[in-house]
Amino acid sequence: MTKTAAIFRRELAAYFATPVAYVFIVIFLFLNGIFTFYLGDLYGRGQADLIPFFNWHPWLYLFLVPALAMRLWAEERRSGTIELVMTLPVAVWHVVVGKYLAAWCFTGIALALTTPVWITVNYLGDPDNGVIIASYLGSLLMAGAFLAIGACISALTKNQVIAFVVAVVVSFLFSVSGLPMVLDFFSGWAPQAIIDAVSAFSFLSNFQNMAKGVIDMRNIVYFASLILFWLFANVLAIELRDGA
Amino acid sequence: MEPLVEIKSLSKRFGPLVAVDDVSFAVDRGEVLGFLGPNGAGKSTTMRMITGFLTPSAGTVTVCGHDVVGEAIQARDRIGYLPEGAPLYADMTAGELLRFVAGVRSLKGAALAKRVDWAVGQLGLEPVLGQQIETLSKGFKRRVGFAQAILHDPDVLILDEPTDGLDPNQKHEVRTLIRDMAADKAIIISTHILEEVDAVCTRAMIIDRGRIVVDCTPGELAARSRHHNAVVLSVGAAPADELRLALEVVQGVAEVEIRSDGATAASCVVIPEAGRAIVSAVSRTLHDKGWEIDELRVESGRLEDVFRDVTRVPGSGVNPG
Repeated sequence: MTKTAAIFRRELAAYFATPVAYVFIVIFLFLNGIFTFYLGDLYGRGQADLIPFFNWHPWLYLFLVPALAMRLWAEERRSGTIELVMTLPVAVWHVVVGKYLAAWCFTGIALALTTPVWITVNYLGDPDNGVIIASYLGSLLMAGAFLAIGACISALTKNQVIAFVVAVVVSFLFSVSGLPMVLDFFSGWAPQAIIDAVSAFSFLSNFQNMAKGVIDMRNIVYFASLILFWLFANVLAIELRDGA
Repeated sequence: MEPLVEIKSLSKRFGPLVAVDDVSFAVDRGEVLGFLGPNGAGKSTTMRMITGFLTPSAGTVTVCGHDVVGEAIQARDRIGYLPEGAPLYADMTAGELLRFVAGVRSLKGAALAKRVDWAVGQLGLEPVLGQQIETLSKGFKRRVGFAQAILHDPDVLILDEPTDGLDPNQKHEVRTLIRDMAADKAIIISTHILEEVDAVCTRAMIIDRGRIVVDCTPGELAARSRHHNAVVLSVGAAPADELRLALEVVQGVAEVEIRSDGATAASCVVIPEAGRAIVSAVSRTLHDKGWEIDELRVESGRLEDVFRDVTRVPGSGVNPG
């Protein structure tokens, strides 16, 4: 546990030691603002809720989270520091989990900095704050799932650009698998059970419930198992690599 | 009591390439093993298997009784490792990096501070502790890498080219440090610099194309050189031809190499037949001829000779890359 904690502290500090943290947070908040107030028309709707705000999160994460995750392992492999850290007395999972939690904690910090939007709707009206808390929780979980995918893919390459592009594509497939454009592809020939399964694998369908404030155990289990699956794959990717 | 590092039938294949081929040896406390060999001979690959960074294709490595695959964490607890090129997190300061490594090694509080201070003192890192590693000179980076390797006072120290890129003073300091720590540790260093073997190692091993080709003391290694016991001399004004004729007939002389730019100024190397001492016979000859001796010394042997002899690909005359 202390080993994971040591990795976690180093990784989190690394974000703030470079401009990465500040650039990411500023862009995240800026895009959030644009999506919420212009595209989502938060004021014009005249409703005291944050649905326009949360509805854009999957699309924001789709590009920003892989950008955050791409360096996690690819950079260690490129610079050779993976040899330094993996020859310390640590198990692979210590490092995988430490790095992952640091990145997730960082997205949590970025998400926490959006609370002025929450304060705004409370100032202007009387929103259901329980719903908003549930939505924040769902958003954080979904960010964690995007991040687990990105971290695992980063472990497969030395090249951060490849890590980014592949992670965006894989994350996109996970996001949209519940939309008609994907389901239409299956309907007509695949049995209903498969269509339901594909649909159930969608970030969007699982997040939409939470964005409405419904905390369903199934959605939480979905995101949690997705995270665990990709972290496990991440451990395998590091263990099976040969050399740097 | 088993040796600190024990390697049995170790092999590593990368696809069709055999990087390390059935290597066995042991290193015990008090030994400093110098690992020599051309680039690509398998030195770093062997070190990476000892430290657990690479998994062996076959064979076992045991460190302090722990198998480096089966009991990786216990084994790595006892190892300090300086990887080739000393990779370090560029965005951390030297002090942060050392505290990070100490933290991962489960040091805490006062013990952590004490060990970090000790390592910092040993490597003279005080002036750069607060500086980001990417702004450090190559020499300081190497020293930070060295400091993190000795932080926990390990029993086994694996140093992959520890003096590469250091200036002569820094090389001297690092060698002194290795010698000082040698008594109670098993140390393996790899190097291209043959004089380093003489300076710090108690044992020299030449590895070529994945196999051990020489394993002996530096003295024995030098004795295998054709220059072992060779006599280097220069005489004031002797005609080169005459000097050669006079020396070639001396008992035990195999060859006379004359370096002179004209007919007279003569400096030469007299190479003995294997195992013979010729210095007294040579100096007697010079006296008899009445030549004035400017210089006369006996060589202990040239490691480069032996290195080239044992690592050359037969027929091609070049080393494999």
